[in-house]
Amino acid sequence: MDPVLEVRDLVVEFTTEDGPLRAVDGVSFSIGRGEIVGLVGESGAGKTLTSEALLGLIRCPPGRVSGEVRFRGRNLLALEEPALARIRGKEIAMIFQNPGASLNPVFRVGDQLVEAMALHLGDGRGVLRRRAAQILTRVGIPSAATRARDYPHQFSGGMAQRVMIGMGVACAPGLLIADEPTTALDVTIQAQVLSLIRRLAREMGMAVLLVSHDLGIVSQMCHRVIVMYAGRIVEEAAIATVFRAPAHPYTRALIACLPGLDDGGRLGAIGGVMPGLKAVPRGCRFHPRCNLAEPRCAVEEPVLRPAGADQIAACHLVGTE
Amino acid sequence: MARPLDVEALPAQAPRATAATPGASTARRWWRRFARNRGAVFGLAVFLAIILMAVFAGLLAPYDPLIQGVGPANAAPTWTHWAGTDSFGRDMLSRIIYGARIALVVGIGAVLLAMVVGVALGLVAGYYGGWVDVVIMRVMDGLFAFPIIILAIAMMAVMGFGVKNVIIAVGVGFVAPFARVTRADVLAVKEEPYIEAARLAGVPGPAIIARHVLPNVLAPIIVQAALRVSGAIITESGLSFLGLGPPPPTPVWGSMIAEGRNFIVMAPHISTIPGIALMVTVVGLNLLGDGLRDALDPRLRR
Amino acid sequence: MPLLAVEDLVKHFPLREGLLTRVLPGRRRVVRAVDGVSFTIEPGETLGLVGESGCGKTTTGRLVLRAIEPTRGRIVFDGEDITARPPGQLLPFRRKAQIVFQDPYTSLNPRMTIGRIVAEPIRVHRLATRRELPDRVRALLDMVGLQPEHAGRYPHELSGGQRQRVGIARALAVGPRLIVGDEAVSALDVSVRAQILNLFVELRESLGLAYLFVSHDLGVIRFVSHRVAVMYLGTLVEVAPTSALFKQPLHPYTQALMAAIPIIGDGRTSIFDQPRLLEGELPSPIDLPRGCRFASRCPHRFARCDDAEPPLREAAPGHAVACHLYEGG
Repeated sequence: MDPVLEVRDLVVEFTTEDGPLRAVDGVSFSIGRGEIVGLVGESGAGKTLTSEALLGLIRCPPGRVSGEVRFRGRNLLALEEPALARIRGKEIAMIFQNPGASLNPVFRVGDQLVEAMALHLGDGRGVLRRRAAQILTRVGIPSAATRARDYPHQFSGGMAQRVMIGMGVACAPGLLIADEPTTALDVTIQAQVLSLIRRLAREMGMAVLLVSHDLGIVSQMCHRVIVMYAGRIVEEAAIATVFRAPAHPYTRALIACLPGLDDGGRLGAIGGVMPGLKAVPRGCRFHPRCNLAEPRCAVEEPVLRPAGADQIAACHLVGTE
Repeated sequence: MARPLDVEALPAQAPRATAATPGASTARRWWRRFARNRGAVFGLAVFLAIILMAVFAGLLAPYDPLIQGVGPANAAPTWTHWAGTDSFGRDMLSRIIYGARIALVVGIGAVLLAMVVGVALGLVAGYYGGWVDVVIMRVMDGLFAFPIIILAIAMMAVMGFGVKNVIIAVGVGFVAPFARVTRADVLAVKEEPYIEAARLAGVPGPAIIARHVLPNVLAPIIVQAALRVSGAIITESGLSFLGLGPPPPTPVWGSMIAEGRNFIVMAPHISTIPGIALMVTVVGLNLLGDGLRDALDPRLRR
Repeated sequence: MPLLAVEDLVKHFPLREGLLTRVLPGRRRVVRAVDGVSFTIEPGETLGLVGESGCGKTTTGRLVLRAIEPTRGRIVFDGEDITARPPGQLLPFRRKAQIVFQDPYTSLNPRMTIGRIVAEPIRVHRLATRRELPDRVRALLDMVGLQPEHAGRYPHELSGGQRQRVGIARALAVGPRLIVGDEAVSALDVSVRAQILNLFVELRESLGLAYLFVSHDLGVIRFVSHRVAVMYLGTLVEVAPTSALFKQPLHPYTQALMAAIPIIGDGRTSIFDQPRLLEGELPSPIDLPRGCRFASRCPHRFARCDDAEPPLREAAPGHAVACHLYEGG
């Protein structure tokens, strides 16, 4: 089956006072229909920029995006703004971390939903208003018809995020990009919101790209995981595989860093810090912090190679074991 | 699990720990940003020129500015008198050069005075809040309501003439803007955790203001100061135009313009040339202030 | 004798109402941020205070240090009633209890060098002469894993993890016996978070420090605490030793909290597909319900829950819970 989204050699570069800097340096992956894929990395890894680049949300200049992003066969990077605007919201939807910032505070929530749909669907206002109430119910907002007449500030964080999700799925997109959708929410509310996303993905056959720094969430939400470090992909694997047998030392170290609910003693930590764009090391980008580094790692940058069925990693040590 | 790598043994990884001295490279960056703004560079050139004129007036001026009759009266600019002469036969160029001295002294002096008083008031009002804040700011509001020139005239009428009094009169007029700008930033800085940390460490109020608050609100204050110098110079010129400035025969641009009023048709240069000097100075200083603000503000707002 | 004993601590924040409500008679509305909290911390013990946003845990941390004034209640530190002291005479107390803030980017004065930041508390309390100061600072920096040359740097030249270490060094400078960690690792990246947590544990062991560790992250709390107190809407709902709490959470809220945490799963089932996730939203801390605060969302709610608020009572040795389900008889 053809993938819904195919990204090839995506590069996001910025011109700065210190010269051009690559925040995303050659990223390739694909997402199939109905698949939930997690894009994981710490801050500065480039995961948010990757997701923004897919929808042409990066301002160029000073940015420059190159590569190929094929959505349902079409290269999004080759499209001009009007064509992209037709795709955004209708075929690809995006939700962000802070719902308060994405909802216009002076318009009623129901009207904003109707507005979002009116842009893409040809139906009349009455039809759309009924649909809006239906969507609010579907995302779990009680008394939807009444609540549709409320303003964003009258919704709590979790409820506002549900509204955002509603707006996102209103036109039945093929792909939903969720960028840290629950980072600002409490744990119990987060669980509600994520379970909603999972349910909708299943019911609508919608693919999801979940961007997060939280491995725990990713392990419970996604079918596949892509791990990014310093602008590159270092590992990609099916969910069960990556947590059972992570191939890349960074992935392994990241998993060991998490205080699970069943251990004591010292937490595995990773010394040092992810390199900033200006100080990318030669060879493998992770080698200065890697306790398995060999001399070759400081010279030659590893490419992604198979590490098992359903798993690839960019490490010289992979495939030699 | 192996002990994690020693955090600090990896110098290449710490993102910004490469500068030997914190000031050096950031100062160079500021200069680069500043230099990109051509207006600002022009302003800086004007400022430096004025300072040179003021400091080295004795060396630069071809004639003594006070001696009358060094040339024919009301003579247009010639090769011997580059800016012509005034109605007393005094060399205009020399008077312009010496006039820069007064302009600078009054401009900078008034702003410094206003800054010291205004910033102190703003710090106290902003940090302590409550009725102290209310009282101080209402007084500032009152000051603000007066056009500076009216205030200055009133003060000069009470205090008498002289450069010192001009500085005080103009300075008082600028206290209110400094107090307001300072207070606004103090209110914001006050909420930062490092202020609470200092409080919880037991640092007393005045020490917090001096060590923690003041250094962090300095940036907009410096910009204000740069922008206000030109205003101070204009006010001073206005006062001397009205005859309230330093008494004749002191060469002051404002009074020189006034003196030339009667000869505006026959010898326009007597009023015009000091006017141009004033204009160039003020525009240059404004551009300098703008350039400083653009170069400094985003950096200092870390 | 416990190092810290908090008794019935209450903090109500007044609401800024309109002119009319201020003038007319009647009860003024308040936000009951902390509504009767009692606990103790023994010397060298770490009590983890956990809850979601709005539960009052941060406010409690600040109250314990008297960074804000309590509305009611007593705080006894090292045998002395701190609440009775006038605000101007808290200096000796400030030596014994310190804080580490959440945000490494705003908790350090950007215009001061690291050395000055760490030295300031020492100078304020006159704990060293001017000649001894540099050595003291160096020793503190070493204790938190920084090098001596960091003393001359400015905060913006350091990474988030390094800045947090500076914050810890500053807290340690006065030689406190209790440190309140206010979400001290929440703003850090995962790998750095682990480093700092390890540091907290090391320091506790070498210096005999007690911690009040406030966090919303149960995983962090579990790693660093000896005992855990769970807060909900201004009151404690469960207090127990860490292992007991995680092995057998008694309060329905604690159970729901744990069920919602995304720990690393096996990839076959997902907690987000479970039906037993908590429904509903938090009630407002202004108009609290009469009975148990958790009743509106509790899957085990019964008649008694709407009538009376359950007191915090011991249900098993060392394990206290505020829930009618465990009220005998």
